[in-house]
Amino acid sequence: MPPAADKPGANQSSPREMLPPRDPSHAPRPEAAGRLQVRDLWVDLKEFHLREIALDIAAGEYFVVLGPTGAGKTVLLETIAGLFQPHRGRVLVDGEDITTMAPERRGIGFVYQDYALFPHLDVAGNIAFGLRLNGLRSADSPLDALRRLVGRLGYPNDLGEKIRRHVEDISQLLSIDHLLHRRPRTLSGGEQQRVALARALVVEPRLLLLDEPLSALDPETREGLQRELARVPRELGTTTLHVTHDFEEAVALGDRIAVVHEGRVVQVGTPEDIFRRPADRFVARFVGVRNIFEGAVLHQDGEGYSSFQSGHLELAVVTDLTGPAHASIRPEDIIISRDPLRSTARNHFQGHVVDIADRGTLIYVTVSVPPAFTCVMTRRSLEELALQEDKDVYLAFKASAVHVF
Amino acid sequence: MKTLFANRTLTFFTVLGALLIFFVTWPLLRTVSGSQPTIIWETLMEAEVRSAILLTFYSSALATLIALVVGVPLAYLLARVEFPGKRLIEGVVDVPIVVPHSAAGIALLMVFGRRSLLGRAFGLVGLRFVSAAPGIVIAMLFVSLSFLVDSAREGFEAVDPRLERVARTLGASPWQAFWRVSFPLAWRSILSGMILMWARGLSEFGAVVILAYHPMIAPVLLYRRFESYGLTYARPVAAIIIVICLLIFVLLRLIAQEQKGRGDR
Repeated sequence: MPPAADKPGANQSSPREMLPPRDPSHAPRPEAAGRLQVRDLWVDLKEFHLREIALDIAAGEYFVVLGPTGAGKTVLLETIAGLFQPHRGRVLVDGEDITTMAPERRGIGFVYQDYALFPHLDVAGNIAFGLRLNGLRSADSPLDALRRLVGRLGYPNDLGEKIRRHVEDISQLLSIDHLLHRRPRTLSGGEQQRVALARALVVEPRLLLLDEPLSALDPETREGLQRELARVPRELGTTTLHVTHDFEEAVALGDRIAVVHEGRVVQVGTPEDIFRRPADRFVARFVGVRNIFEGAVLHQDGEGYSSFQSGHLELAVVTDLTGPAHASIRPEDIIISRDPLRSTARNHFQGHVVDIADRGTLIYVTVSVPPAFTCVMTRRSLEELALQEDKDVYLAFKASAVHVF
Repeated sequence: MKTLFANRTLTFFTVLGALLIFFVTWPLLRTVSGSQPTIIWETLMEAEVRSAILLTFYSSALATLIALVVGVPLAYLLARVEFPGKRLIEGVVDVPIVVPHSAAGIALLMVFGRRSLLGRAFGLVGLRFVSAAPGIVIAMLFVSLSFLVDSAREGFEAVDPRLERVARTLGASPWQAFWRVSFPLAWRSILSGMILMWARGLSEFGAVVILAYHPMIAPVLLYRRFESYGLTYARPVAAIIIVICLLIFVLLRLIAQEQKGRGDR
């Protein structure tokens, strides 16, 4: 079976540092560090519990923790950041035990779902917050120092020269350089989240923690920011731990995914592993049975359809995206028949049945085109079609049924 | 937005509310307008009156500063930390509001009096409370600290604790997170608490008169003139106190509004 969500290096379970970099310009910086190890972590809070959490995240990796709301994902991040003390277990960064270290000494950046920007500072002041603390200002001229001393009485917009350069660099990277003098509450959700990201990244953390960074955003903004998340941490070589309840977000961004359920890690693997070989019924139900393919959106024809290509598979899709992307089709959107279908659906394939899985009321039929598609049908249609393994069948689905992300 | 007389219920409420406002403003206006300007001017020229007014403002400001230094940390603790007996402490902070202020004066006299332990200890460093300015300050502090602590606590409670957590992950120590995030964000509430406390301190009579009849603060001076010479002599002093307090109160409210405006932008 050809891999459906094959990412560079995603098939290997070995850490990414063993692999050749994807692309020279995206290669981690030589000093890139930030391997995170979590060992047998237990946390007990009123509403949330974490049990025997064990993770090993390679330096420079983009790692996603996936789980339903209330699974304790935020607590896990806050524990790694040092904002909560675990009852048991260890947290190591680059082999150094930081379990009892104060949060401000860990060098771990944190981005909350609802941004948590400082309302009394403008965008530049928010981004510069960490830099000012880190004593970069001591390198300024005495005149700057004097101006700051005066300015500090009224919370200055005046940053030192070095700090300003850092702030401008990171703002350009995240396309927020035109917002530097705005107040957080005048910004849109997407802009606020970019500022929060800039604020965390500008101090060059060893590790970046993202708590549902896309969940509060509308779909369009979300797409744009998701692209930034796929690009920026990799460009900076920052190890990233991202928690979400959204499976597609996890697939689109994660080099590897850990699924958590009721405070425990139930499966760790590549996106491919998780949805092709779910470890238990919870994972299978949570990720759903879906058809997910990795490829690229190539071109748009005059009628508003684009072409999505994944290996030999070519799908007609409706999307504004171009370039590398994922496509998914829900099993119930695929029509299956014994004879070539005459329908308005843009996507037609011939294949043969490789598996028929009986789930009670519903039957999952796997058809290899290749690649393999999973379809769902009622017991009655299965009997009407008289499907058996190895039989040839025809598949059809609409271009609008393909979700590109 | 409704108008005041939109319907019968609102009209009824408007009339009742107007009565109360009238009840507050009429006596004040009557006092101020009832005195001839020349008499007010002459009263103001009396050294006794001026020093009493200055002493009042100065003592209340000092009490407010002491509460700022000691009360704001307490307010922060009450807003952020869970500890056994927290409810009790919150109650203690508000007790001065319910205790009759003359009783508070007696209680302070018991502890800071000349023959008391604390009184003697402070006496060693030359600090006397009975019939002295420090006595006025602690009396004002006692009866008005609740306003500052409560207001500051509400201010800190309104600051999302995650802002402090983010500050920590950006390299701020708890001390820096307090000064750069929590304090500036709670500052408006702290400032309005300070104004309230200061105004409350200015108007204190009961506790002060027991602890320190002399040196005289303005309310005590007013009372003595009323007792010794009657209404005609007391009224100009009352008018002066009311006008000054109103002016300063309005001024401070404007400053607080300005702060609010800046925070909202």
